[in-house]
Amino acid sequence: MRDVSIVGVGIGHWGELWNDSLRDLAVAASLKAIADAGVDRVDSAVIGCMSSGIFTGQEHLASVLGDYLGRGPLPVTRVESACASGALAFKAGYAEVAAGISDVVLVCGAEKMNDLDGSESTYALGTAADQEYEGYNGATFPGLYAMMALRHMHEFGTTRRQLSLVAVKNHANGLQNPNAQFQMAITPEDVEKSAKVADPLRLLDCSPVTDGAAALILVPTELAKKLAPGGAPVAVRGIGHATDTIALHSRASLTRLRAVEVSAERAYQSAGVKPADIHLAEVHDCFTIAELMAMEALGFAAPGQSGPMVERGETAIGGRIPINPSGGLKSKGHPVGATGVAQILEIVEQLRGQAGGRQVKGAKLGLAQNMGGTGGSSIVTILGA
Amino acid sequence: MQPQKYWREIPARYRLEGGRCKKCRKAFLPSRLVCDACGSREFEKARFTGTGTVHSFTMIHTPPSGYSGPYVLAIVELDGGPKLTMQIADCGADEAKIGDKVRVEFRKLTQVGDAGVLCYGYKAVLV
Amino acid sequence: MAKIGIIGYGSCIPRNRIKVEEIAKVWGADAESFKRGLLLEEKSVPSPDQDTITMAVEASRRAVLRAGIDPAKIGALYVGSESHPYAVKPSGTVLAEALGATPECHTADLEFACKAGTEAMYICSQLVKAGSVPYALAVGADTSQGAPGDALEYSAAAGAAAFVFGSEEDKIVAELVDTYAFMTDTPDFWRREHMHYPRHGGRFTGEPAFFKHVCGAARGMMAKTKTQPSDFRYVVFHQPNGKFPLRAGQMLGFKKEQILTGWLVNRLGNTYSGASPLGLTAVLDEAQAGDRILVVSFGSGAGSDGFVFQATGRLASVQKLAAGTREQLDNKKRYLDYGTYARYRGKIRMAEK
Repeated sequence: MRDVSIVGVGIGHWGELWNDSLRDLAVAASLKAIADAGVDRVDSAVIGCMSSGIFTGQEHLASVLGDYLGRGPLPVTRVESACASGALAFKAGYAEVAAGISDVVLVCGAEKMNDLDGSESTYALGTAADQEYEGYNGATFPGLYAMMALRHMHEFGTTRRQLSLVAVKNHANGLQNPNAQFQMAITPEDVEKSAKVADPLRLLDCSPVTDGAAALILVPTELAKKLAPGGAPVAVRGIGHATDTIALHSRASLTRLRAVEVSAERAYQSAGVKPADIHLAEVHDCFTIAELMAMEALGFAAPGQSGPMVERGETAIGGRIPINPSGGLKSKGHPVGATGVAQILEIVEQLRGQAGGRQVKGAKLGLAQNMGGTGGSSIVTILGA
Repeated sequence: MQPQKYWREIPARYRLEGGRCKKCRKAFLPSRLVCDACGSREFEKARFTGTGTVHSFTMIHTPPSGYSGPYVLAIVELDGGPKLTMQIADCGADEAKIGDKVRVEFRKLTQVGDAGVLCYGYKAVLV
Repeated sequence: MAKIGIIGYGSCIPRNRIKVEEIAKVWGADAESFKRGLLLEEKSVPSPDQDTITMAVEASRRAVLRAGIDPAKIGALYVGSESHPYAVKPSGTVLAEALGATPECHTADLEFACKAGTEAMYICSQLVKAGSVPYALAVGADTSQGAPGDALEYSAAAGAAAFVFGSEEDKIVAELVDTYAFMTDTPDFWRREHMHYPRHGGRFTGEPAFFKHVCGAARGMMAKTKTQPSDFRYVVFHQPNGKFPLRAGQMLGFKKEQILTGWLVNRLGNTYSGASPLGLTAVLDEAQAGDRILVVSFGSGAGSDGFVFQATGRLASVQKLAAGTREQLDNKKRYLDYGTYARYRGKIRMAEK
């Protein structure tokens, strides 16, 4: 196995991008990453996308990306693991480089979500749950996370205000991210007065519907030293990957994310580090409750202690362990297949020291956690400067 | 939804027919080929009781296409059976709470447009 | 001749209600005239997820529970309704599957306006009597629609009643003494294919339709069984409004107290195929061993079925096994405003899909 480094990043502004198609988004981010890496060739590409078939009617993204990148008959692989499709694409690209199959691998994550209306996109996202035994009965993702939130409140005394503070923090961070969908500060009262989505969750507890893409270039660390990319190479220190039940109701506990716990253990082990060593993390805050539960599953907070930790400001930039300095899914946006790639991209920019107003000072070791569904799949990646 | 996709799940949806692991007695709906608790591959058919307890719930204000809200969605632990996701019918936002006893009723879940198949199944009602 | 009869019964009444005043307000009508003239106060309304099939299942589950039988042994089941959710495809197959009565079971959906439920009872009782099947399940269920603003809108309601017929003497809760049928071709009320709301003949639905057939069947039934009104503890008539069954009773020589136990219409509305069957379930909830019960249905078009039942000693032991009819009628009610009622009943024109 070869050591792998990230030498190029590409991302654009995320949001409701009426002018851009899925192929426009994926190709633009990929070309930026190639330029940033300063590579003259790409040996292979992996694209992560959750549901281009439902969102846009287009499958066969391998051919779409290969065609529009204009680099001849490039081998391209499309992977899917719901909202964890991005990190799964990264894992596939990592494995290809580590195994010596390819030297220069492009990893792209993309999703075009605004070609559907609200209830159609709710349905499309719902396909990441158990279609026959959750979706059929009227479950939605906000609904499933809401039931996790209610249980968390019931078992640990987590408060409505603590949920709000996650959104407030992530919006504050997003203000410093020029690519974020939302460039606006919010107050806890704004969250608590926003439209009801699935009690106790309100609109500002939820990540938005977003069009966007992100891309990375992976090479063997040996080769990275010979390139002159847009920033210092960032090493992949460890990856952990796990799954859990497809239906939330099949789990013994609604307040634990087992796949995140196990994927984190595996990542920590392969990197030879522990939670306390991590300087910053991008976690999968598709809903405010998800950030709290991810903090606990990653070992940053004891079970039930994530809410008070957010209240104490320990997860803000400048706090003990800044979480989602990019603004998170909440503020940066959540084009589902792109999210996992963008989380890793944020860690790369932070470790390169290129994160501008949201820079976590002295960051040397970062973690990205990306999950699918209600935690039915999870990938944790640890990167080092 | 095509009728074959709906039809296949009729025993589970109409009469809570699932499986129980012969070795460790764990209950499943739908039944499985492998028990995720003990690894056994031997199952017996089980018809679960129509009573249970609310484990968690929410009021859905933004339903997916084909469903009209708001409605209460819950995870219900069936007595002697598995936990299942189901709506609580005829229930207002402030009427349900964790631990409430429910009874399963036969209700319509959705329909495919104005001319497609009617989709029935289980919902809970507070007792 | 071996005895046959009802071995289990059950009912299903939706929780929603709308008051006569609430409907009258929308149409600028005089609520008092409906309350005094037709003795209607409020009616049941199905939730959007309830229809003839779902109510048939709930009522039948209660009936099977009271019968204490293995549903797989139900050899025939019939659902009588004028609001079968499918125009083509049986309600009965869904019911059979939900109960676990498939595959060795005969079924058909029946329609005869408001008497489709007693048609099912009639057929089931005869199949059991003939020894063709061990148990037969009869259901009368409807989610009736009255056109907005029409007089029928004040009464068209929703509910279901189910009866398991059997011949094992130790299982019978109400022995079927005899049956009688009376019908002519009388177009007093109808709904053409593809039409959403029914049409009716106004006052023509009274004397030549309801009263002629109900009284004809009741008299025929009593003549056939050599009984008179005083032989019955209870009588149940079809109840399209509060006034008609009381008046029929008066014409036939029944006292009001014989009618009132099964007279649900003032607060239930007209449940069409479920109407006289639901009245019978309310009577069975109260009756004691030896009580004789006369049931006379009415279906527009037009005809009446007559039944004479006699309660047995087993009835008392099954009455409390499932929710009673008056219990469902009186408890857990949710009152709807007209707007919500209109949404629930699909009276609002929605975007095409």
